[in-house]
Amino acid sequence: MFNHKNAPDGTFFNFHKEPPLVAYEFFKLGMWIFLATEVLFFGGLFAAYFILKYKWPEVFAAGSAYLDVKLGATNTVVLLASSLTMALAVDAAQRKNKGKLTLMLGATFLGACGFLVIKGMEWYPKLTSGKLPGSDVFFSVYYMTTGLHLIHVLIGMYYIALMFFRSRTGRYTDEGASHAGVEVGGLYWHLVDVIWIFLFPLLYLLGGH
Amino acid sequence: MATENKEYSPYLEPKGFYNWFWTVDHKRIGLMYLYSILFFFLIAGLCALGVRAELFYPGEQIVDHHGYNVLFTLHGALMVFLFIVPGIPATLGNFLLPLMIGAKDVAFPRLNILSYWVYVLGALVVLGSLIGPPGSSWLDTGWTFYTPYSIESSTGVIPVTLGAFILGFASILTGMNFIVTIHRMRAPGMTWHRMPLFVWSLYSASLIQVLATPVVAITLLLLIMERLLGIGIFSAAMGGDPILFENMFWFYSHPVVYIMILPAMGVVAEILPVFARKPIFGYRAIAYSSLAIALVSFFVWGHHLFVSGMSNWSRWIFSLLTFAVAIPTAIKVFNWIGTLYKGSVSFESPMLYACGFIFLFTIAGLTGLPLATLATDVHLHDTYFVVAHFHYTMQGGTVVALVGGLHFWWPKIYGRMFNETVAQVGFWTLFIGFNATFIPQFIMGYQGMPRRYADYLGEFHDMHFLSSVGAMINGLAYFIIFGNLIWAVYKGKRASANPYGSLSLEWQTPSPPPLTNFDEVPTVTDWTYGYGDEQKA
Repeated sequence: MFNHKNAPDGTFFNFHKEPPLVAYEFFKLGMWIFLATEVLFFGGLFAAYFILKYKWPEVFAAGSAYLDVKLGATNTVVLLASSLTMALAVDAAQRKNKGKLTLMLGATFLGACGFLVIKGMEWYPKLTSGKLPGSDVFFSVYYMTTGLHLIHVLIGMYYIALMFFRSRTGRYTDEGASHAGVEVGGLYWHLVDVIWIFLFPLLYLLGGH
Repeated sequence: MATENKEYSPYLEPKGFYNWFWTVDHKRIGLMYLYSILFFFLIAGLCALGVRAELFYPGEQIVDHHGYNVLFTLHGALMVFLFIVPGIPATLGNFLLPLMIGAKDVAFPRLNILSYWVYVLGALVVLGSLIGPPGSSWLDTGWTFYTPYSIESSTGVIPVTLGAFILGFASILTGMNFIVTIHRMRAPGMTWHRMPLFVWSLYSASLIQVLATPVVAITLLLLIMERLLGIGIFSAAMGGDPILFENMFWFYSHPVVYIMILPAMGVVAEILPVFARKPIFGYRAIAYSSLAIALVSFFVWGHHLFVSGMSNWSRWIFSLLTFAVAIPTAIKVFNWIGTLYKGSVSFESPMLYACGFIFLFTIAGLTGLPLATLATDVHLHDTYFVVAHFHYTMQGGTVVALVGGLHFWWPKIYGRMFNETVAQVGFWTLFIGFNATFIPQFIMGYQGMPRRYADYLGEFHDMHFLSSVGAMINGLAYFIIFGNLIWAVYKGKRASANPYGSLSLEWQTPSPPPLTNFDEVPTVTDWTYGYGDEQKA
């Protein structure tokens, strides 16, 4: 697809052709910078949360009380578990264990699916009983934060599925192959987890119960 | 190191749309960015001329009041999001960064071209707001999209904010790419303290790009959701907070000023020592003051809200922090002047622009101080004084440095020289036209003329008339300048590899550079600014 024809070997830096360690360093630094942008992205939402909560403590208390803590807590556990399997996948990639890598990526994907199902079980009754974005400021913040988090989960699931199929070809574990792709996928997935770890207490636990 | 007349394939070959649009070469991407942003510079500039034409005389002459609002909104939005934010980093930065540090390309060449495509997509979405009748659908909120009007306005707020949201990704990708490139791809011997100051300034600007842009992304996204779903986060009627929008918007949009100006300062720091034939004065002070500006820039946004509703404590702190930005900025100015001191200065066109930059930017910086001062800001806020102040930074600073940088590196980019006499005429036309436009605006702003008004009282007529005449000269200057540069591409004299005798790495390779940048990876043994002892080198 790209115009490599008039760019003979070495005319641009192609990390797929460089030694694995170089690709690893590039990928990882790039991903850390990207994660910093993500933190700032959600940071804006958190700022909105705190300012509006300060203005309307009773609205936020009532909204928080309306949420289902049990489902939220279950989802936290599911997401944390998928983070664990992702960490094990990265470890397997580092040890060049192809079978375990594929297994752990599959488990992570299943965890993400579980998160989606529980999220649906949470959202559906609210949406049908009139708790919509715009019902009050709490539910606006609730849907914006959890919705954007959900989009990040979906992007993560796409990449995990991609890694799953690639891992079966030995792309990450063959002799001389770079596992940088798994490493940055892991970093991203942990960030998705970390954001949820902040969202869960802020939305479900503070004030309402 | 430079080998002229040697057979090589310059990066400009092969030609054709396919070979450019699908390229991963940082030099080509830099040029594509350049022509794209210049296209929007032209449109947005014509909007500005439309505004000034309407203001020649009081009353309604050319456009009605809505048309006037559309003109200044388009001018601001296109200039900020499509021209000046990608302005220097994506053009000269893309072209020069790998050359300056002795690399073959940026760290992620494919993300680099993705950044350009995302830019094109964002630009198309912004232009999509122009589909529909101008009277009711062209954006009239001003480029800042302040709530509550941006929620209520019937015009195309969504396409423009969505476009700006998409353009943010292009900016983040460029910034991320530059940071990794600078960390990981310097040639052997190119230590941090040997890097050209332009690279330091790009590094600082990139930090702001990756840390500030996501905040405006979420802000604009919330605004879009506000209009689509009525979520109420920025709507006072629903318990939201319109001031929150201003806070979040300026948390990005003030640091973004330094995305615009820091690389411009870097360009000037490259030009000055070459034409003063003297090492840059205070290298480390200039390098670290870039980082200091980037750091402080995140804590000054509140000065845009001094009259919007803010506690006295916040006002004092933001005022103090805003003054603090003046310190690293002044460090730079003093060091540039120190570089000129007892140098063997020659005023060729790039040097004229560099010196013009110092003059105009100093005015820009000093007129910022009365705006940072709480008592005077109450009087000056939202007057033409503010308009003149930020045009001195944006046009007098960034655009002058961009144009100066283009003159300086044009022989490197195309291997051809422009006409020096025309270039000097262009500079002076710009310099005179620019000052004639904005000095009157300082005066009438101080006298109380508010910004963004389509009409004015008779007592402001002289100043408005003068400003409008200046604007026309200012506009004419760009046709001279870019006409000359474009002429050079086709008809200019062949340039040698290093026509200005610079010691920086990008000049140690043929002009225009080969696709590979360097025949072999260069090894660096000294800093970039050893002027005065070239014989030793």
